[in-house]
Amino acid sequence: MAALTPISRKPMSMVLPVTAAAGGFFGLFLGTANGSGLLGVVLGAAIITGLAAFYIFVLKNEALAKWITIASMAVVGFLLGGIALMIVGALAGWFYHWFIYWLYEGRYRARLLPYLTPKQVLWHYGFRVICGAIFVFLITPILVVMPLSFNAQDFFTFTPEMLRLDPAGYSLKHYQDFFNNNEWQRSFKNSLIIAPIATVISVSLGTLAAIGLSQSHVPFRRAIMAVLISPMIVPLIISATGMFFFYSDIGNWLEGSLGLPKSFVGYVKVVLAHAVLGIPFVIITVTATLVGFDNSLTRAAANMGAGPVTTFFRVQMPLILPGVISGGLFAFITSFDEVVVVLFVGSAGQKTLPWQMFTGLREQISPTILAVATILVAISIMLLATVEMLRRRSERLRGMSPT
Amino acid sequence: MKLTKLTALAATTALCAPMAFAEDMANEMTIVSWGGAYSKSQLKAYHEPYSANTGVTILNDDSSAEAVAKLRAMNEAGNVTWDVVDVVAADAMRLCDEGLALEIDADTQLAAAPDGTSASEDFGELLVSECFIPQIVYSTTFGYRTDMVGDNAPTSVCAIFDTEAYPGKRSLEKRSINNMEWALICDGVAKEDVYDVLETSEGQDRALAKLDTIKDDVIWWSAGADTPQLLADGEVVMGSTYNGRLFSVIEEQKQPVAMLWDAQVFDLDGWIIPAGLSPERQARALDYIMFATDTQRLADQAKYISYGPARASSAPLVGQHAELGIDMAPHMPTDPNNAQNTFLFNYEFWADYRDDIETKFQAWLAK
Repeated sequence: MAALTPISRKPMSMVLPVTAAAGGFFGLFLGTANGSGLLGVVLGAAIITGLAAFYIFVLKNEALAKWITIASMAVVGFLLGGIALMIVGALAGWFYHWFIYWLYEGRYRARLLPYLTPKQVLWHYGFRVICGAIFVFLITPILVVMPLSFNAQDFFTFTPEMLRLDPAGYSLKHYQDFFNNNEWQRSFKNSLIIAPIATVISVSLGTLAAIGLSQSHVPFRRAIMAVLISPMIVPLIISATGMFFFYSDIGNWLEGSLGLPKSFVGYVKVVLAHAVLGIPFVIITVTATLVGFDNSLTRAAANMGAGPVTTFFRVQMPLILPGVISGGLFAFITSFDEVVVVLFVGSAGQKTLPWQMFTGLREQISPTILAVATILVAISIMLLATVEMLRRRSERLRGMSPT
Repeated sequence: MKLTKLTALAATTALCAPMAFAEDMANEMTIVSWGGAYSKSQLKAYHEPYSANTGVTILNDDSSAEAVAKLRAMNEAGNVTWDVVDVVAADAMRLCDEGLALEIDADTQLAAAPDGTSASEDFGELLVSECFIPQIVYSTTFGYRTDMVGDNAPTSVCAIFDTEAYPGKRSLEKRSINNMEWALICDGVAKEDVYDVLETSEGQDRALAKLDTIKDDVIWWSAGADTPQLLADGEVVMGSTYNGRLFSVIEEQKQPVAMLWDAQVFDLDGWIIPAGLSPERQARALDYIMFATDTQRLADQAKYISYGPARASSAPLVGQHAELGIDMAPHMPTDPNNAQNTFLFNYEFWADYRDDIETKFQAWLAK
């Protein structure tokens, strides 16, 4: 993007305090990690301000300043903690060099509109920093488990070998454990059996309920809606206790009177319980989609002789499909992630992946859990990416621009 | 009509998939245990040979921690899904008192020792309840970071209360049992008088006052895996846990940790069979118990984890660790070198006073 605003060098009274603040911010993390946050802030601010003053008043050579900062920070990083910190140091050095000159030369105004006031400029960048911080806050807990899953030891600990990027500190043994261990494989299989079936049930019932509730002539719509989405609102542990006793009786009847095998009844109980938990998500997403559905289309279809079933599948369903699919995804994830209800309703034969992770975490803090988590995150990303790609493709085929 | 077909297909899958899956699940039993390395040792020593002999499928449920509550709920709902449950002796006594566990006649329903000694004699006084078949003797004891104590390696349990000589956090279990006893011992009470003192309200306050001196330095744990993780992280300088967990940290994971066996508290862990099973399931559970608690099987378990077998006749058969090839005897809590100063868990005392003392302890914790 071309420069919108001519840039000019900025006074020191502005450059130095801002670089000091940035240095202090970085120093806060380093200092806290090493025992004293306050000392880190002071040292960080002092070092970065010193660097800025040195470059601007003494060195006056931007290219040289760049390499000095990168090299010196990399060396400091290497001395503190080996190769991993060296890379971090080099990146930090590059950033601070860029930051100092960005401020000093006034480059930060280049792409902004010329008439913005200083406060507006501050807010422009402050807003981006806040957004970035929120993003980091959300994603860090997920990212941090990924390297730990390659730990060569059986603990949730970044070992010195790992920090030095020594290959001996890493291994795939937790992944091997996941694929070779019967307990993990069985629970994975159980999750793959239970979640899709529960999803199919939730989607069918939830979509029907949403369509019924969107008809204006249905009495007590609000009350029925409240009852149907109550599994989402009632604390899970309460529903789980209730379900335990409710499904125990049903299970005893199925086993005793109908003579069904025990493990089959076990699956039925868990699938039904999970379907109940998934239905509210489907109802809510489908109801939201139905708001935009034009009811004259069904009347038009009826006018042309289509029965209600044909109308539903040929006219209404394709139009509300995005809502149905996202509701289905929510229902699937609810079942796939669910641990409380399955702990109550299921027996050992229906042990799902979250259950296995839960007991694994409580009884033995094994990084196999992290390996599984990493695999699941990868699968989730692929699943969502596939759905999004399919959606765009269908919109392209229908001649709509992707939104 | 693409969608209709899809829906029909999905509905058929919904109905058929569990049915097909259920077929190979007959003739199976659910064994409840503690998970982790302990369940693995049982899998190797008991489950695998038993399945190989009989063809029974064994399902593991790692729910021993909430066994009492869950068994009560299952019993109330008339839907007991467990066949054999691994519990500590105190839980076995509670379950037995409440009629939730089956009474076992040791001499007719358990295997005799190879030399003909009857089971009741072989287990001896470890048969603390009619419903309980002891399996192992384990101890709750301390481990410490060798690199964080310098040359001053602790030799007494009272190092826990000595924050000057051993600065840093320590981890203790989040319950009154054991902590109250250790506090009194380190407050100058003679070992044999501990329970007499703990009976009285003043004695309980005295123990809590002692614990109060280190309250700010304690990380409270609730799962056996917590202390090993904290020790491996270097987050605590010392902490209590089960001796088998510490064995795994020291010998299998090669962490800079050492055992502090002083004032270790012995406890028993073993099997119960839930009451109210159908006759076929009960017969299978009894058959499993007969097999899994014989002399050789108990000795085999010690190949995988450093807990002492509960039968006297198993002790001489304890050999080497299955993977590491080290002698297991010196790592047993019952080994004479380790058992110089031990503390016997007092079941009767805790059965009577647990509710009172635990309430007091939790109130103190929340202060």
